[in-house]
Amino acid sequence: MSIALTSGQTSFRPRIRRRRLWSKAAGAILGVGLLIWTLLPVYNMLMMALDDNAEEFTGHIWPEFDLSGFRSVWTEDYWLLDHFWHRFANSIYLGLATMALTVLIGSLTSFSLGRMRLHRGWIVTDFALLTYVLPTAFLVIPFVHIMHKYGLSDSLWAVVAAMVTFATPYAILILHQYGKLIPMELDESAKIDGASPVQVYLRIYLPLMAPALVAVGVYALLLSWNEYIYQYLLLSSTDNTTVAVAINQFFDSDEAPWNYMMAIAIIYSLPPIAIYFALRRFMVAGLTFGGVKG
Amino acid sequence: MSSTQQALGFGRPMPVSQSRRPPWRFRVQGSDSTWAIAFVIPYVAVFAAFVIYPVVYGLWMGSDPVLYGVLFSDPLYLTTAINTLLFVAIGVNVKMFLAFLLSGYFMSRSWWIRSLLAIYLIPWALPALVVFTSIHFMLVTQWGLLDSLWRAVTGQDGPLFLTHEWIAMGANIVSYIWKWMPFWTLIFLAARMAIPQDIYEAAEIDGATGYRRMVYVTFPLLANVYLICTLLSTVWTLGDFPTVYFVSSGAPARLTDVLATYGFREAFDFGYPRQGVAAMLSALPILIPLVILLMRRVRASGVQL
Repeated sequence: MSIALTSGQTSFRPRIRRRRLWSKAAGAILGVGLLIWTLLPVYNMLMMALDDNAEEFTGHIWPEFDLSGFRSVWTEDYWLLDHFWHRFANSIYLGLATMALTVLIGSLTSFSLGRMRLHRGWIVTDFALLTYVLPTAFLVIPFVHIMHKYGLSDSLWAVVAAMVTFATPYAILILHQYGKLIPMELDESAKIDGASPVQVYLRIYLPLMAPALVAVGVYALLLSWNEYIYQYLLLSSTDNTTVAVAINQFFDSDEAPWNYMMAIAIIYSLPPIAIYFALRRFMVAGLTFGGVKG
Repeated sequence: MSSTQQALGFGRPMPVSQSRRPPWRFRVQGSDSTWAIAFVIPYVAVFAAFVIYPVVYGLWMGSDPVLYGVLFSDPLYLTTAINTLLFVAIGVNVKMFLAFLLSGYFMSRSWWIRSLLAIYLIPWALPALVVFTSIHFMLVTQWGLLDSLWRAVTGQDGPLFLTHEWIAMGANIVSYIWKWMPFWTLIFLAARMAIPQDIYEAAEIDGATGYRRMVYVTFPLLANVYLICTLLSTVWTLGDFPTVYFVSSGAPARLTDVLATYGFREAFDFGYPRQGVAAMLSALPILIPLVILLMRRVRASGVQL
């Protein structure tokens, strides 16, 4: 019996080992394939930005290393690059304003819904869910008209308003979910000690919610940074435009130094990439709080 | 299900009898309730000013039936509608299915697959404007990267990617998948990680290994998440703007436009904002049932997105 078993195992083992080897090889091939798939457009950006011939490309596969594109962006010495750093500052301003307002409004709302148990709070949650689900591009035409009515044409605040509108629903839903992890007894004991709702919000709720607030803030920041159509339609003067609008101006002009455009595009991509690698944990956690667990 | 959840009606269970708790139990009293309302006011104001008003205004802009007569008699609109359906149907389903499979791949604990995951998620972090512009230039004939690669491999000139309607449409769909598959992979990965390990162990004892494990264990457990994610992604993709606008920009001759870019062009390139609104509103017969279905499923299952 035991002999039969061992002999059976010995004839079995190489097959298992071979299968394991195969699956390892398949995994490695898939990994290399995914790497190429993911990085090909990124590689193309670098190649175009490092090209020395701005107007025509010779159609090569390997990059040249010509940094004149980046140097020109740095010194703003081409008419399409004018005020580039001012526009960059505008993009940052837009992102930070969106982030601050989203965190503020989102946390206030989720505090009221989750901790103060607002009567009929589910109506607000449904509003938020509905807004979260709507495709934003479908709202853009009436939105532009309305911004003119509000007297906010060509104003960064119009874009901030749009971005806050689209970021807060997510903030409310996530903060609401995360808030359930914090025991209500904390709030109650603070109340017994005589804390007002504002104090509970400032001293207990906000500090305990910090990880979720970071996740929500990063989400809002990246949403406004990566958004294009509202910035393009709501901003027009040089003073107020952002980098996203500046990139598009290359398509509208007759001469097209594409290496400058790609240099701008790469510089513009650096902040989100840096934030992504620095705060990956928070961002991923923010996406999966409470889990799409089903 | 906690009482908080019940009181908020969020993630409440479907049976009506359970959701109707005595109202006085959760009501806040006196000054607290005033504070609770005060805290909600900023969001309600934002919602009223920047969601309700634009939606009502948009409905009013697109309320003239003549607009739809003009719209449906435009042959380009028919092409656009078909493109949108293809874009959504193929793009969303292929993306979701691949994301589901890849999330299984990324469950691996080996260090290099984990670092690969960090790189794999880059498209999600990059601005859509930037990456889609880059893909556009990869496809531009004569000196695009894909054309150069084609020439290096086959020694001949590549196909004219953006001058052929179907290749351009395919490029849009592939670019869309490239940009959004990582995000959904991450969602599925999180959902997979929430599955307790002992379920797999029990299944293994019952003989469910390999592909059977995926078909009979993982997928049924994730089916609800999969459905909700697909619905959500479908709604978002119906209004997807940047992919087509930057990758093919409607080329050749606006034959690859989708609803969002068609409406955008009508409104801002040709100066007929009402026509543009009408084009986007024409998605409502599909959009409204999807949104209702989605909101119901989210509420019924308590899934948090």
